[in-house]
Amino acid sequence: MLRYVAKRMVLLIGIVFVISVGSFYLIHLLPGNPATVILGFGATPEAKAALYRQLGLAHPIYLQYFTWISNVVRGNLGTSFISQTSVASTIRSALPIDLEIILLSQILAFATAIPAAMRSAKRPDGPIDRLLGAGSFTLLSIPPFIIIVLMVLFISIKLGVPHTGPSSYVSFGTDPLGNLESLSLPSITLAIGSFVVYYRILRSDLISTLQEEFITMARSKGLSQRRIMWSHAFRPSSVALLGAAGVNIGGLLAAGFVVQYLLAIPGLGYTLITAINMSDFLLVQGIVLTVSVGVVVINFIFDFIINMVDPRISRE
Amino acid sequence: MSSFNHPSDNLEHSILEEYSIVERPEKKKKLGVLFWICVAWIGLNVIGAIFAAVLPLQNPLYENFSAINLGPSLHHLFGTDDLGRDIFARVTYGARVSIAVGTGAMVIGFGLGAPLGMLAAHRRGRFDAILTTVMYVFLAFPAIIATIAVLSFWTPRSLLKIILVIGLASVPLVYRVIRTATLNVATKDYIIAAKVQGATDRRILMKELLPNIAPVGISFLLIGVATVVTLEGALAFLGLSVNPPTPSWGNMINEARTVLASNPWLVLFPSAALCLFLLCLNFIGDRLRSHFDVTEVKL
Repeated sequence: MLRYVAKRMVLLIGIVFVISVGSFYLIHLLPGNPATVILGFGATPEAKAALYRQLGLAHPIYLQYFTWISNVVRGNLGTSFISQTSVASTIRSALPIDLEIILLSQILAFATAIPAAMRSAKRPDGPIDRLLGAGSFTLLSIPPFIIIVLMVLFISIKLGVPHTGPSSYVSFGTDPLGNLESLSLPSITLAIGSFVVYYRILRSDLISTLQEEFITMARSKGLSQRRIMWSHAFRPSSVALLGAAGVNIGGLLAAGFVVQYLLAIPGLGYTLITAINMSDFLLVQGIVLTVSVGVVVINFIFDFIINMVDPRISRE
Repeated sequence: MSSFNHPSDNLEHSILEEYSIVERPEKKKKLGVLFWICVAWIGLNVIGAIFAAVLPLQNPLYENFSAINLGPSLHHLFGTDDLGRDIFARVTYGARVSIAVGTGAMVIGFGLGAPLGMLAAHRRGRFDAILTTVMYVFLAFPAIIATIAVLSFWTPRSLLKIILVIGLASVPLVYRVIRTATLNVATKDYIIAAKVQGATDRRILMKELLPNIAPVGISFLLIGVATVVTLEGALAFLGLSVNPPTPSWGNMINEARTVLASNPWLVLFPSAALCLFLLCLNFIGDRLRSHFDVTEVKL
């Protein structure tokens, strides 16, 4: 176990290093002189000099990286030249919204996918299984940006549910219920995408688990169907589910970006797209770095949890 | 992500294997009517996209201010938008961007990922170990976020850059799928037999391995195209794909959302076109995979 964790740790450090180099290099993808592009053509020489110092642009590229990374490690992601605020503080204020949306969507997705998969696995190819199968296959082909547009059309415009339309975000501090309402459409949209993935994976895994001998044994002992499903079949099958959830995080964040963009919910996604449109490159760089490292670390944590649930994996 | 093992297949398989007295009869499996309808729909979309300029369509960029925000009619099959442009023409032309990005990116992804994956699974050893670790590192990097990041910095954006970025981002995934598929085949007796007979690497790769992993490859290719088309749609929606006024399904939906309340047709038609296209691609890919009885490979 310890060996396994140590091995994963080394890999994690490697991956984070690659991400940091990648995020650092983004600035150099800009056409022409980064200082001119970031500040715009009307920039004063003083501002340019300040940016040169901040990015260390006068030095060779590997030194620039060291300057940059030593700042990043200390939590300094630079100061945006557009809004004159620190990138780190902007990210800190936007991040909780993303986390809330993801948390809500995952609660919804698990709460629906687990019972649905169990229902399907109980009688594979039965009418309920076929219905759920066809339904999830159709949902698989509807991108999140279409789901959210349709939901806005039918729920906020046609039905007129408050706080659900574009630009009607309510913060948790001012009105907790309104906040829940304003995040309901994004959460449902992400939950639909996750439901499809979780349902399909858990269903096929449960079906094969239910054919194992220990299930036959449990049945012959006369245990109830419900008990067999929850305490005998679900635990081994939940490994696949957790694996899928870990892999799903990156996609969820990206889908969250799109949804926030449409509803103008001031999370990381909306901040990112606004920053791209305003050419606020340092903010974009900071968000990309934060999100990528976050996804990788979350994946790492999921690996660890899966290991706790099924210790056989680390012995391979 | 998409692991659609059919339960009855597994069951049937395991029963047959357990009582191996019964030879599995080689029954002629049918792909079904729905499969061919999907193939026809994809074909129609591709033909429409290629020949859009010669088809009797209105100019997708022509702004007719005396006919704005019209509902569907005989003259404008899908209606017109707030600039009086014909939606039917724009949806047809919009297919061009989606299909170009979808196929272009997958050509790059498979062109690099598939040979490397096959070679790694065939050679094994240090070459495989190093390459697989490198690919694993890139696979851990959230590809969608990397794509958004690169496209937002690498200006000015063009169709070619979008194809290149998405294509390169898909290489690690293609590599992993093809490598797993090849590994499953590479341990089979007939490959060992070919090696014993002294067949060259080239021959084993091209004549023995390639035909046997082709079904997996093709079904993954189709699902990959669907994924890339979705991604392009999302990028267009965020304003990171081709610039307006060039129509693409994603940017049409994005532009139309401002008039969502007054003219919902504007959103519904490109959305329907995109969803039907994706549904058909996914369905064809899924059906092909179960047709070739590929159950071992988890994507």
